[in-house]
Amino acid sequence: MSSADLRDLYQQVIMDHNKKPRNFREMSDANHLAHGNNPLCGDALVVFVKLDDDVIDDVSFQGSGCAISVASASLMTEALKGKTLAEAEALYEQVHKQMTGEDVDSATLGKLAVLSGVKEFPARVKCATLSWHTMHAAMDSDHNLSVTTE
Amino acid sequence: MSRLDLQAIRQDFPILDQSINGHPLVYLDNAASSQKPIQVIDAVANYYRKDNANVHRGVHRLSQRATDAYEGARDKVRGFVNAKSDKEIIFVRGATEAINLVAQSFVRPQLQVGDEILISHLEHHANIVPWQILCEQTGAKLKVIPMTEVGELDLSTFDDLLTTRTKILAVGHVSNALGTINSVKEMIVKAHAKNIPVLIDGAQAVPHMVVDVQDLDCDFYVFSGHKMFAPTGIGALYGKQDLLAEMPPWQGGGDMILSVSFEHTQYNELPYKFEAGTPNIAGTIGLGAAIDYMQNLGISNLAEHEHNLLVAATEKVNAIDGVRIIGTAEHKASVLSFMIEGVHPHDVGTIFDQQGVAIRTGHHCAQPVMQFYGIPATARASFAFYNTMEEVDALVLGIKKVQELFA
Ligand SMILES: Cc1ncc(COP(=O)(O)O)c(C=O)c1O
Repeated sequence: MSSADLRDLYQQVIMDHNKKPRNFREMSDANHLAHGNNPLCGDALVVFVKLDDDVIDDVSFQGSGCAISVASASLMTEALKGKTLAEAEALYEQVHKQMTGEDVDSATLGKLAVLSGVKEFPARVKCATLSWHTMHAAMDSDHNLSVTTE
Repeated sequence: MSRLDLQAIRQDFPILDQSINGHPLVYLDNAASSQKPIQVIDAVANYYRKDNANVHRGVHRLSQRATDAYEGARDKVRGFVNAKSDKEIIFVRGATEAINLVAQSFVRPQLQVGDEILISHLEHHANIVPWQILCEQTGAKLKVIPMTEVGELDLSTFDDLLTTRTKILAVGHVSNALGTINSVKEMIVKAHAKNIPVLIDGAQAVPHMVVDVQDLDCDFYVFSGHKMFAPTGIGALYGKQDLLAEMPPWQGGGDMILSVSFEHTQYNELPYKFEAGTPNIAGTIGLGAAIDYMQNLGISNLAEHEHNLLVAATEKVNAIDGVRIIGTAEHKASVLSFMIEGVHPHDVGTIFDQQGVAIRTGHHCAQPVMQFYGIPATARASFAFYNTMEEVDALVLGIKKVQELFA
């Protein structure tokens, strides 16, 4: 194992989203938000969500972290825009399964499948799931919530 | 040129002889925890094979042997830091526990609302949080000696920070995040001139230099075994005997008493007053063996070789474009913290690991230092005497690999 596997982890799409994260902005009219932290590596981000009934009208994030956590957050915001809460929940489950090496429905995952390399790097799974946990916490509450993955 | 026979030394550390991801292991995370020589592993195993029993409580042969080995280790620690008496060496779990002990047993009873505790910006969380807890408990205030851009303590305001309300100065000997060697002796002299007692956190110093507590004249000195080639779960607190004698016990239980009745309990003498319960006997024996090992090689020889590694690594890393060394103090030990432009340290750690190179990435339990530089984390290589110049080259190759991947 060496560079080949590293390329599985650091795929072009991930490098691109790390360099130019999408939806990387504060959202002044967000009605849900949460803070996420990974104290082990210092990743810290905020996820903003604007819900219109049960449809995700807009989702964005801010913060700093490793390539995996930034790219994962960026990909997440792209994937979630326009989805219903139920669809978002289903996606969240698929992403989780992908990271832990369970069978997944690649059609549902779409572009998020580039994160599949992470499962070979157990120490990095938390980086990839931080934004998703944070999003989940944001949906669950309209308060200013914090989640921590360690 | 090194005075050490590195090939022979490396054979004493069986763990170093393995492959990680198809590459020979290059262990550069010694500041987090060091590896153990067979002499230490055997000392622990032989104790369990031949001598295991509780200490200080049996007339039978095994208990006597265990007690002799345990107390023998105490005398080795005494010699290692040049304390006057074995009574001044308290066995604890590690530096963290030692600092908590001093905070609660020595400092807390003296504190009034508005009193001050002085630490520095370079401290490990272990030398911050116990004092914050104490401040919460008593209404005392935590004061902090500032640091400079290169990662040294800024002592320009030090005299003013030592006030009539300062009840202790607690400062690290060597910074774990940056490797800075602090001028603790000078600080101790100044604190003592104002009758302020001083605790030195020596967790990162004892693996790398000769420590003499009488020469330093510190009141307390703390360290952990696992960073100096001994097992985890054992460490020592040195305290001046007159101070320890006045301090109340920290934990109660067996071994720390002379007599117990429901009306009155008489505490044991030093050092046992502070060693409640069955101690980590195997750990102390391992610690004693680690001290023997270091002293046989000559601690100043170890320091010289590590210094050569650090100088070479600093030069080579400095020569790479797009890499910034964090912490460039004039006097440093063992530690090279760095940032690769545009790459988060956590990614650096994964890429290094794929090449068999173990470094630490993160805040190194020194978040205030990270906050000072405005960064979430660094990548940190830290050397021990068993590291080689080839391993310095592996570090350099690792950095180049990261840059290639993230180009
Ligand atoms: C400077 C310093 N102080 C204290 C500690 C705490 O040591 P331990 O966790 O062994 O108690 C460490 C360990 O990382 C350290 O580097």
